[in-house]
Amino acid sequence: MNINATLIGQSITFFVFVWFCMKFVWPPIMNALAERRKQIADGLAAGERGKHELELASKRAVENLHEAKQKAAEIIAQADKRAAQLVEEAKGAAKLEADRMIAGAQASIAQETVRAKEALRGQVAGLAVAGAEKILRREIDAKAHADLLDAIKNEL
Amino acid sequence: MSTEALTSSEYIKHHLQNLTYGKLPGEEHWHLAHSAQEAKAMGFWAFNLDTLGVSLVLGVFFLFLFRLVAKCASKGVPDGLQNFVEWIVEFIDTSVRGSFSGKNPLVAPLALTIFVWILLMNLMDLIPVDWVPQLAHLAGLPFFKVVPSTDPNATFGMAIAVFFLVIYYSIKMKGVGGFVGELTLQPFGKLGLPANIFLEGVNLIAKPVSLALRLFGNMYAGEMIFILIALMFGGGLGIGLFGGALQWGWAVFHILIVTLQAFIFMTLTIVYLDMAHQEHH
Repeated sequence: MNINATLIGQSITFFVFVWFCMKFVWPPIMNALAERRKQIADGLAAGERGKHELELASKRAVENLHEAKQKAAEIIAQADKRAAQLVEEAKGAAKLEADRMIAGAQASIAQETVRAKEALRGQVAGLAVAGAEKILRREIDAKAHADLLDAIKNEL
Repeated sequence: MSTEALTSSEYIKHHLQNLTYGKLPGEEHWHLAHSAQEAKAMGFWAFNLDTLGVSLVLGVFFLFLFRLVAKCASKGVPDGLQNFVEWIVEFIDTSVRGSFSGKNPLVAPLALTIFVWILLMNLMDLIPVDWVPQLAHLAGLPFFKVVPSTDPNATFGMAIAVFFLVIYYSIKMKGVGGFVGELTLQPFGKLGLPANIFLEGVNLIAKPVSLALRLFGNMYAGEMIFILIALMFGGGLGIGLFGGALQWGWAVFHILIVTLQAFIFMTLTIVYLDMAHQEHH
């Protein structure tokens, strides 16, 4: 337990160790720590940002979905309306067409009737004349009917 | 485990003697001291090889370990050793930030070196007291004290180094005039000059002395108790077992002292350097 030159040796050793530590040990470790701190902070910030963006995106998605649903409902309603309209239109057109066809048919029926009547009339008149001729040929007695014939002759 | 040839007192003295290398007065060549008297007679120009050697090995171990981490320190995911080293570095950094208000790139590495180095030296105290002297005996060395911080040379060596730093930074920060003024002009002003010098001088000298003596005293006392407990091993089975239990308990308690003393030495160094950087009002 004597004080001796160990004292000086220990002091020198101490200074050398401190110098080495200051030069080669402390700065790299502190740098690594600082860099890691920064990286972690960046990572956390990025995570926070991502979370925020995710929130925004999901909100936007919900909005989009809602909008799309609304649009779809609108389109369906419009289509329904259009379909009803088409049916109505078709119904109207069909009715018109039917009416027209009925009218045409009736007109042609009437025409045919008239024509048939005309033809019949002609034929009946012919037959009557022929029948009358025949009857007349047999019945006529120039003497008996001379007055009548004369009267017709007069009338002609 | 005291051998038959040794009395208790001799055993204790043997365990408290450093391995001194020096030159006896009147002799030409340097050699190891073979007794406490010889070591004393060697005077100032002698070296305690055990203190220097163990502290050198521990310091190199510390720097090697930390340099290893520092070299491949990355900002990626740290592995076990890197985690451990970074944990210590962060701890020191926090302590320094807490107590040191100036800006000086030396202080934090200084604090790290002091803390880890002294901690390692103190931890040597937990090696059972007989192992190393016995090994040294087998190797032909007369003494071997394995705890450098139980040698006042080591603690004073470090404390004086810190003291030089304190004076260096006092003068660097405040100029020679400021430093001398601080020593002479307060607390009583110009008229109380002798009283000022006396008070401030004591204040200044007390710093390294208290640093060195606190560490030395604590470690020396702890080592002494280990040696006294070790004496019980020679006293039969019952006392031996009791001694074993005592040794275990004291070792557990000593872990606290070991760490605490390293921490106190470091913190006081930071505080002294902080005072050196600050302008006195």
